[in-house]
Amino acid sequence: MKYLSEYRNLEETKKVLDEIHKITTHEWNIMEICGGQTHGLVKNGILELLPKKIRMIHGPGCPVCVTPLNLIDKAIELLEQGVIVCSFGDMIRVPGSKKSLLEAKALGGDLRILYSPLEAVTIAKKNPTKEVVFFAVGFETTAPANALSVLHAEKEGVTNYTILASHVLVPPAMEAILDDELCTIDAFLGAGHVCAIMGTEEYKPLVKKYKIPIVVTGFEPLDLVQGIYMAVKQLEENRFELENQYSRIVTKEGNIAAKKVINQVFEIGTREWRGIGEIPDSGYVIKEKYRKYDAEAKFNISHIKVPENSSCIAGEILRGIKRPMECAQFGKLCNPSNPLGAPMVSSEGACAAYYHFSII
Amino acid sequence: MKNNIDIGFDTIHLGHGSGGELTRKLLDAIIFKTFSNPFLDKKHDGSIVEFNGKIAISTDSFVITPIFFKGGDIGSLSVHGTVNDVAMCGAIPKYLSLAFIIEEGLKVTDFIEIVQSIKKAADESGVLIITGDTKVVERGKGDKIFINTTGFGEMHPKANISVSNISENDVIIVNGFIAQHGMAIMSEREGLEFESNINSDSTNLNFLVKDLLDEFGTNIKMFRDPTRGGLGTVLYEIANDISKGVFIKEADIPVEKQVAAACEMLGLDPLYVANEGVFLTVVSKNVADDVLQFMKKHSKGKNATIIGNITDNHPNKVVMESLIGGKRIVSPLVGEQLPRIC
Repeated sequence: MKYLSEYRNLEETKKVLDEIHKITTHEWNIMEICGGQTHGLVKNGILELLPKKIRMIHGPGCPVCVTPLNLIDKAIELLEQGVIVCSFGDMIRVPGSKKSLLEAKALGGDLRILYSPLEAVTIAKKNPTKEVVFFAVGFETTAPANALSVLHAEKEGVTNYTILASHVLVPPAMEAILDDELCTIDAFLGAGHVCAIMGTEEYKPLVKKYKIPIVVTGFEPLDLVQGIYMAVKQLEENRFELENQYSRIVTKEGNIAAKKVINQVFEIGTREWRGIGEIPDSGYVIKEKYRKYDAEAKFNISHIKVPENSSCIAGEILRGIKRPMECAQFGKLCNPSNPLGAPMVSSEGACAAYYHFSII
Repeated sequence: MKNNIDIGFDTIHLGHGSGGELTRKLLDAIIFKTFSNPFLDKKHDGSIVEFNGKIAISTDSFVITPIFFKGGDIGSLSVHGTVNDVAMCGAIPKYLSLAFIIEEGLKVTDFIEIVQSIKKAADESGVLIITGDTKVVERGKGDKIFINTTGFGEMHPKANISVSNISENDVIIVNGFIAQHGMAIMSEREGLEFESNINSDSTNLNFLVKDLLDEFGTNIKMFRDPTRGGLGTVLYEIANDISKGVFIKEADIPVEKQVAAACEMLGLDPLYVANEGVFLTVVSKNVADDVLQFMKKHSKGKNATIIGNITDNHPNKVVMESLIGGKRIVSPLVGEQLPRIC
């Protein structure tokens, strides 16, 4: 557990919190990009330990939350057509337009919860008469493993395996948030895991263009308070730079091998973000060479289009315009047993973080 | 040992649940032979037993996959689960009923292994199997084997277990490491397999419960075993049952290193992972340290820890102080805990 226990140290964390209190003179709005960071902040009670002048705004970095409703309905349609659908556990309780994957499973769908997409290729090999689809959602973090599953299927000559992909990218989402006229964000905590894959360089243009500090930050309590400290220090000193708090994991170049695998299978394309809409060049689409592994090309599901639930303000939550408590349905009509939107069910969703952990 | 019984067939099929000759053969060769005792040997439709005073009854069905796992199997689990539920009432478990629903195709060797595991667990827990039932369902209509057990226990004369006895400042103690069972099962589930030495904690708790009641009587206000839903859900239920607050400290929750690492890897919170050999007790503050020391000397309580207390602050809520001194609420588990994406 090295690199974890040290970063959950009470004394060290307190020291940094004291420093934050000392240097804070202005009100600052800081957005943590990743849902894992949101949960770290709420679960460890960090929000109440910060100076009142610092307001953390929760970002869009919850892969489940930004997966469009259409895609969930498409996965459910595949289940109902008799396809074996494999998914990360997080995804299965998220409501589609009529039901969730979990409910579709209860009605007879063959849904498998996996930890690794490579397992899905094994399931395809074991069930040669069935079609197997992996529901490949996520940010840059899950893209390498999902791409690898396609390469693995090709190498093994598995023809009954495809992926239903919805890969989105962090930098375009940050840009969309910053371009929003309602945006009040003064600094970002960059998503540590995403940067572990992609490196830090692609954030430099954002820092320059928007004159905004970005501190790539980890997920443990000490990581989070250190990241906040570095961001506040920049703001108080009127600097805007790209800094890396999570240097024990994140390098400038990122994971070169993983990036190579991503680029083999995927190319940049337009993606729809749930609650935000289409953002150009904001995600990965499967390259022509691997189109036979694209579930959307193989199955007749492209016609499925459904409107978002109008009573859910997930879009405003994901853009940091509103906080979960500011939603009229929070904890009332919308709760983890009856979620109106993904942020209430996902383990990285901001609404779920507040519902489960916040004492406020 | 499992191969010592030869009943002339390798797999169980529908005929073994027909009530006829094949059923008799299965029962005689495996069930009656293994569990032989004066009650069962009468081979009557039911058993007649005597109790002194009040009795505690609890029933549970066991549908676990996989049926064999590190640290136990569905058989031992079906004994421990019910024995512990009876013990949590403040009773001394005496008898169990035992009912099987078998999916046709189950290997006889597996069935025998399960039955012998039940026998061993029952003997160790000091309970007799006094009645039972065996049904066989078509393939695809079960999942290898389901077991139901009902336990009957005599109330401990000193027991006064009730949430209404709990008051402010009472202390909450757990008997040992949490989340072992759930993570042992998780490590063997299809699609999630990971190598570990995590064993299920499935065990009987009735002797420790009895000894605690012998020693501390009505100073023990409550026993609960946090099985499904984990410690977090049980604490939430207690807070709501008594309309008081529960305050715990994350640093005091006993989680074994390897289990903590596995939870970390899958993105699970040990507070919501199932246990089968863990219980918590709420005791008067004045005896808390004595109870703790007493438990630590017992084989089923070596890692006992005080995890928190009852408070009049924040009624109906469980508040946990995090490792870094922040506070969060502990909400009940909704549905199954699911491994996260990244």
